[in-house]
Amino acid sequence: MSAPPKVTLVDYGIGNVFSVRRAFEVCGADVHLTADPVTIRNAERLILPGVGAFADGMRELESRGLVEPIREFVRFGRPFAGICLGMQMMFDESEEFGTHAGLGLIPGNVCRIPHRSLEGQPMKVPHVAWNELLLPKGKENWSLSPLHKILERESVYLVHSFAAYPKKSEHLLAEADYGGHRITAAVQSGSMVGFQFHPERSGPTGLKIIRGFLEM
Amino acid sequence: MHNVRVVARLDVKAPNLIKGIQLEGLRVVGDPFEFAERYYLEGIDELIYMDIVASLYNRNSLTDLVKRTAANIFIPFTVGGGIRSLSDVSAVLNSGADKVAINTAAVEKPALISEISRRFGSQCMVLSIEAKQTSPTSWEAYTDNGRERTGLDVVEWAKRGESLGAGEILLTSVDREGTRKGFDIELTKRVSEAVNIPVIASGGMGKLDDFSEVVKHGKADAVAMADCLHYARHSLAAIREHAIRSGVPVRKI
Repeated sequence: MSAPPKVTLVDYGIGNVFSVRRAFEVCGADVHLTADPVTIRNAERLILPGVGAFADGMRELESRGLVEPIREFVRFGRPFAGICLGMQMMFDESEEFGTHAGLGLIPGNVCRIPHRSLEGQPMKVPHVAWNELLLPKGKENWSLSPLHKILERESVYLVHSFAAYPKKSEHLLAEADYGGHRITAAVQSGSMVGFQFHPERSGPTGLKIIRGFLEM
Repeated sequence: MHNVRVVARLDVKAPNLIKGIQLEGLRVVGDPFEFAERYYLEGIDELIYMDIVASLYNRNSLTDLVKRTAANIFIPFTVGGGIRSLSDVSAVLNSGADKVAINTAAVEKPALISEISRRFGSQCMVLSIEAKQTSPTSWEAYTDNGRERTGLDVVEWAKRGESLGAGEILLTSVDREGTRKGFDIELTKRVSEAVNIPVIASGGMGKLDDFSEVVKHGKADAVAMADCLHYARHSLAAIREHAIRSGVPVRKI
């Protein structure tokens, strides 16, 4: 009998870690919540959760000395997942409340999501909705990712006012349609994945994605 | 156009799920967690727990419900009723809730909306507005389950809440709640068109058409229903099917 996959969840004072932890546990993981830089750097699998403003998130990571340990973890090539704000912080910078630097793990920027649909209809912000996951143009399937058991058009729960735009198209894992605009729903680069949606809040589909990550 | 959320609203007098009939009587319906879990399995998009007594005595019981829900039900949920301070919000979010719905405390101190959204993020700050019609084109905001007047115009109050940092509006029609006569379409439309944040319509769900009406004409971004689900008047599958047939996008299960 194999040991449950060990997961380290970064605790930096932001967001509802209870739900994230619980969802990973239900999927069979042994979850350890910590703010300790050494534990984070040496983790087997690392999850960076988060909700709220980019600048606040980065400031909390910086004040706890977690930026370098996270970057080092990623250099080791072990599985890493950023969730919601956690995903946005993987990028170079965000324009939320001024320009702020991110972790720089994936090239690209975080920008405001569109306020108007392609047809010019005003749209509500934040975007709060269950939205279907779509394959980006040019991507055949999700077979080599945590989404490998997901069917296109399964829905996930999204809450955000900003979205990440990867510079390299190969980093774009999944998109969602918002008023005719395609917005980034998930990214992948090497052993890193990022989910703009909340897998811990996306019902059975979300739990499938979490299991998919644990299989990496 | 994005998918409209189908939301179950559970009025809780911990440890019971209750239903108020036009605010006159309270009927015990059952165990809120069991109902919540059933809705989750049937494909509800989101849950709202409203603590309608909101006393310190009930607080522990409600906290247990919140923790149990967060531990077993993997969809977003909001908790409202008697939340008055940052530490109340912190306690609720730490127990696993995603959002808090605030009414009375925000009316008494609007700056609380900003404090909450700055500290925890506006995505978790839902401004709960109870609206009673005062003229064909105006509504007054009430607190305390539609009992206390505030003198505030609902549309103006919604706009102010948005500017202070509210992430969503939970808009309940006091006149329609529990009547099954349909939502207050004009109310919902005026509020939804006045703000850029999502509006959850609540109060009045009766027939299936009420759902599509409040979205198409009321411009609701989400629709909350209570006794329609608790008394199984319509199944979630029927509601979704109707929505899709009427051209209202909802999550496909």
